[in-house]
Amino acid sequence: MTSHFLLLVLFSFFVSLVFSVLLRDEPREQLRTGAMMFGGFIATAIVLGWLMFPFPL
Amino acid sequence: MTTKSTTAERPRAAAEPGTLVLLCLAAWIIPGAGHFWMGRRQKAIVFLVALPAMFLIGLLLKGRVFPFELSEPLVGLAAVANLLAGAPWMLARLMEAGAGTVTAATYEYGNCFLIVSGLLNFLVILDAYDIALGRK
Repeated sequence: MTSHFLLLVLFSFFVSLVFSVLLRDEPREQLRTGAMMFGGFIATAIVLGWLMFPFPL
Repeated sequence: MTTKSTTAERPRAAAEPGTLVLLCLAAWIIPGAGHFWMGRRQKAIVFLVALPAMFLIGLLLKGRVFPFELSEPLVGLAAVANLLAGAPWMLARLMEAGAGTVTAATYEYGNCFLIVSGLLNFLVILDAYDIALGRK
């Protein structure tokens, strides 16, 4: 299991799950918050990845 | 005349200091135990599954369970974060798991999972404490 993207998705899933359950009480709100947080994690990672693409390490 | 419900008026379910200490201890050792104690069973089950799963994934990714080294502050902080995971951390230490393979491609990911698992459990403990005080 060395796919960086898969690990990113897995990490985002768990963190979003715990935060949404921690912050919201209603299942519908938990789902909404979790989905937004998860999408935010993935979108931010992809955007930052593309922005960093021209910079060699 | 209607009165507003404030946090101060809410019942304090487990406000005695001894009970609070036990609650936090239980919440630390078994992720979600504090919420289970306070009757939030659905949340407790999510924490009980998600947090140890994160810790286990961290170990499978060849992450390191950091030792307490005062000479290296960052390693010490990572060790504290690992310790906050509770029972998974204890089991890993007992089984001498989490040696960490620095050369593995997934080493840093593993560390990330291990450390965040502990830090999230700390937030869960604080949430259980707040519930016990009647703040939530």
